[in-house]
Amino acid sequence: MASLITQLFQRNSIYVATIFAGAFAFEGFFDAGVTAWFEHHNRGKLWKDIKGNYLEGGDEDDE
Amino acid sequence: MTQKLIVGSVGVTGLTTSYLLYQDSLTANAMTAAEHGLHPPAYGWSHNGMFDTFDHASIRRGYQVYKEVCAACHSLDRIAWRNLVGVSHSTSEAKAFAEELEYDDEPDDEGNPKKRPGKLADYIPAPYPNEQAARAANQGALPPDLSLIVKARHGGSDYIFSLLTGYPDDPPAGVVLPPGANYNPYFPGGSIAMGRVLFDGLVEYEDGTPATTSQMAKDVTTFLNWASEPDNDERKRWGLKALIVVSSLYLISIWVKRFKWQPIKNRKFRFDPPKKN
Repeated sequence: MASLITQLFQRNSIYVATIFAGAFAFEGFFDAGVTAWFEHHNRGKLWKDIKGNYLEGGDEDDE
Repeated sequence: MTQKLIVGSVGVTGLTTSYLLYQDSLTANAMTAAEHGLHPPAYGWSHNGMFDTFDHASIRRGYQVYKEVCAACHSLDRIAWRNLVGVSHSTSEAKAFAEELEYDDEPDDEGNPKKRPGKLADYIPAPYPNEQAARAANQGALPPDLSLIVKARHGGSDYIFSLLTGYPDDPPAGVVLPPGANYNPYFPGGSIAMGRVLFDGLVEYEDGTPATTSQMAKDVTTFLNWASEPDNDERKRWGLKALIVVSSLYLISIWVKRFKWQPIKNRKFRFDPPKKN
């Protein structure tokens, strides 16, 4: 563990690259999590929840 | 000395009061509560909360009310057919709406104007070609464009809903209205050119919702609120993300500050005076 952190801080290029990659990965998971909660919180009101009531047999071309 | 002070302060107070009363008497404010319009009550809209999106089924019904009722006089200039896609209608439905209408096309080789069927990028057409035509058809009153009406009126959605449902059967005794005007207590001044338009059963909803006056008013207000703030749903989702990230960073910054300052705040200095011989 300690050696891993040493490795990380040894070279600035690796340090910066780790931060960038970490931010990218974090945003992916964070956005998915927040959106999941948000859509659960508003379930039944969103277009994706109600469009089945109007469209016969799956209108594939939305957005 | 004390007496002089009392007399002096009484004099100053009197002069100040006279001056303020005189200043106030220079302007007359004729605005009464009726001229401001009745304040609408605060309704529990389903999109009121910090993280609440619009009720999209309501937007869809509201579009139907707009199309069948409001669009006879009111334009919706800033909404294009494409804006409905993924909000209240599918791509093919919005395309079908647009294709029913004709829009100006490029002129042909001899310069004659041509028409073409509408496409998704076209805007919802206005009922009148220009303001003069709109005024001429409405006894001199201009029906406002509804694209931003919810943002453009005090009270927003509550006001629009109250106005649509607030027409009394008869104006109160003593109210004199100009010819052709209607009475609505929510409208500033009380005299409004638009008459009551929503009556029970005026439209027939495809989802079977009973089309009462208040249901139609609620749906069309939700639709107009969406037209004014189409960013609402995305904005609230981003707001949630921003709140989480920014408050986490704030708490981390507090922790880092305490961590860094702890040894500095806790250290003690001791002065050992040099021993005298």
